[in-house]
Amino acid sequence: MKEIKEEIIKPSSFLFELNLKEIWKYKDLLFLFVRRDFVSVYKQTILGPLWFIIQPIFTTLVFTVVFGQLASIPTDGLPQVLFYMCGITCWNYFAECVTKTSNTFVTNSAIFGKVYFPRLILPLSVILTNLLKFGIQFLLFLAILFYYKYSGSNISPNIYIFTLPLLLFIMATLGLGSGLIISSLTTKYRDFQFLISFGIQLFMYATPIVYPLSLAKEKLGAYSWIATANPMTSIIETMKFAFLGEGVFSWNNLAYSLIFSLVLLFLGVIVFNRVEKTFMDTV
Amino acid sequence: MIEIKDISKIYKLGLISSKTIQDDIKNIFYSILGKKNPDLEIIETNTRDEKGGDYVWALKDINFKVKKGEVVGIIGKNGAGKSTLLKLLSKVTKPTSGYIKTKGKLASLLEVGTGFHNELSGRENIFLNGAILGMSKSEINSKLDEIIEFSGCKRYIDTPVKRYSSGMHVRLAFAVAAHLDPDVLIVDEVLAVGDAEFQRKAIGKMKEVSAGGGRTVLFVSHNMASIKNLCNRAILLENGMVSFDGTVDKAIELYKSQNNKDLKKDFNFSSKLVNEYIKLDNFKLSPIKGNYISISSGIGFNFLFQNLQKVLNIDITYEISNMEDLVIFHTGHVLEETAKKKTEALQVKAQIPHLNLNAGVYKLKVIFGQNQSKLLLSTDYFLEFEVQNEALGSNSKVLPGVIRPEIKNSIKIIS
Repeated sequence: MKEIKEEIIKPSSFLFELNLKEIWKYKDLLFLFVRRDFVSVYKQTILGPLWFIIQPIFTTLVFTVVFGQLASIPTDGLPQVLFYMCGITCWNYFAECVTKTSNTFVTNSAIFGKVYFPRLILPLSVILTNLLKFGIQFLLFLAILFYYKYSGSNISPNIYIFTLPLLLFIMATLGLGSGLIISSLTTKYRDFQFLISFGIQLFMYATPIVYPLSLAKEKLGAYSWIATANPMTSIIETMKFAFLGEGVFSWNNLAYSLIFSLVLLFLGVIVFNRVEKTFMDTV
Repeated sequence: MIEIKDISKIYKLGLISSKTIQDDIKNIFYSILGKKNPDLEIIETNTRDEKGGDYVWALKDINFKVKKGEVVGIIGKNGAGKSTLLKLLSKVTKPTSGYIKTKGKLASLLEVGTGFHNELSGRENIFLNGAILGMSKSEINSKLDEIIEFSGCKRYIDTPVKRYSSGMHVRLAFAVAAHLDPDVLIVDEVLAVGDAEFQRKAIGKMKEVSAGGGRTVLFVSHNMASIKNLCNRAILLENGMVSFDGTVDKAIELYKSQNNKDLKKDFNFSSKLVNEYIKLDNFKLSPIKGNYISISSGIGFNFLFQNLQKVLNIDITYEISNMEDLVIFHTGHVLEETAKKKTEALQVKAQIPHLNLNAGVYKLKVIFGQNQSKLLLSTDYFLEFEVQNEALGSNSKVLPGVIRPEIKNSIKIIS
């Protein structure tokens, strides 16, 4: 005989309610969503999954021409292609996590309005789908890294490459947290949708991707704390330091980013929880 | 088992705009003060066609219990709160007050095809849809063949669902949902689409679910025939409140008489009911037996008219047409009572006991004449009425044809 569980549906709920057990129960759905999003992207295209790497290649080329050649922004003495690609690969992951999770409620209102499953599954699936994409783009980055290394460029990958999982974790947490907050706000007021679409682009320029942090510190002087206050800064810098050998690395900055992202995620889950109960009435 | 206790749900009407943020701030302000927002106190009951405030009770103080194994039909007019109730039950949205207790796995089929991804194949969508509805991968795997078989879309199963016809879409989706194996199944209007064969299949499956497994089914439909066919109890919702809870037949009867009440509003008073000879007044249409007009109820008219010129030998003709403007009959008689005596005001009671009009909407006009030669007053079609369907033996569908006469077979067995 199956154990019969009683469940109560009532209006009020706790402020922080994270039912991990329930999410675990729906893990199959999580992976199916990942599969759906991953597979359906390149259905009915000729180049298929190649599109995942075409995008960073072209962005890198454009950055190299515009920021490297025309504007001559220094790259800490690193090969420009590698310098930009390293930043772009990381940034893409973070930006996609934020933008895709931020419209969870709006784009999925059709499903949400019909059936119940833990709502957190969808933003989580976005994080995982993008992790796969990141994996592909990261392999591309590694390939180019090897090419430069063996053609004798001045790059020195070091032991800090093992911080990669931590960096990924912080980026995912940061992306999920801010995405959750924004998606909760957009259910009722669509204003934030407009904000996020150009905000994330502007935010990229506040992160040392097309310029090194050392340059920002030198030019901004007393205001350089703005650059380091950005939780993405330490991640990009650590990444460059670990794989290319140049960059500003500090455990303190990294710890700051980690704490920042965890607090953001915590807030995100609270807001998301509050909204998911009744968002169908306002979306 | 489901227990619903004092469930209420408030909806806000109108657009969400910059004004809403003022309301939000007000709400927060009041909740900090620990007071109730006075705006929320003056909420009216949910009626569709009257103007009123910004908030409505979509549901108000709903109370009922459903025991294990019961199949409960939920009926009511559009906007009565049926779907809101099901949404609360399936946790899509939360109630404003009250609580719901459910026991066991609950699956809701609020609209089939939820979560189908157009680019994915039928097979992939079975997995996705099944998982959305709460099945695990291994569960789906074990039932995959059965689901494909039931859907009848075997040939298309590896084609993206965007190439499917809408009927096939529904078939596949229902097939997935039908194999969910929940303890409580919530079904909303899913049978409206799909052809007759599929509907039969679907109803059969739902019967099997409820009868075989002792499972509970909540079923919303406007199709009284399938409610009658499936349910052993019915709940009638009216303006967000339970107006009846009991046997299916009684609930359907109340629902239909509710509908007829509405139809009477369709009186077209602007049309010509008066001229220099005749003034027609207070026209009432009613069934001869029962509470609503059905195929066998018979139709009665009751009205007053004034003979303004005191004409002798008045005749009255009734004409009933269906909505395709086919005249069903046009029959009149001279009123004997006006042959010799000059009359002024008369009351007429006419009865057609065995017309046996088939289910559908009909319209009526009345023509007054003198001695069946001179026209006194001919109205437009000023009254529409609906004849409700009746089950014929075990067949509860609406059958074709304009009339459905009673046929007496007398049989002699030869061999």
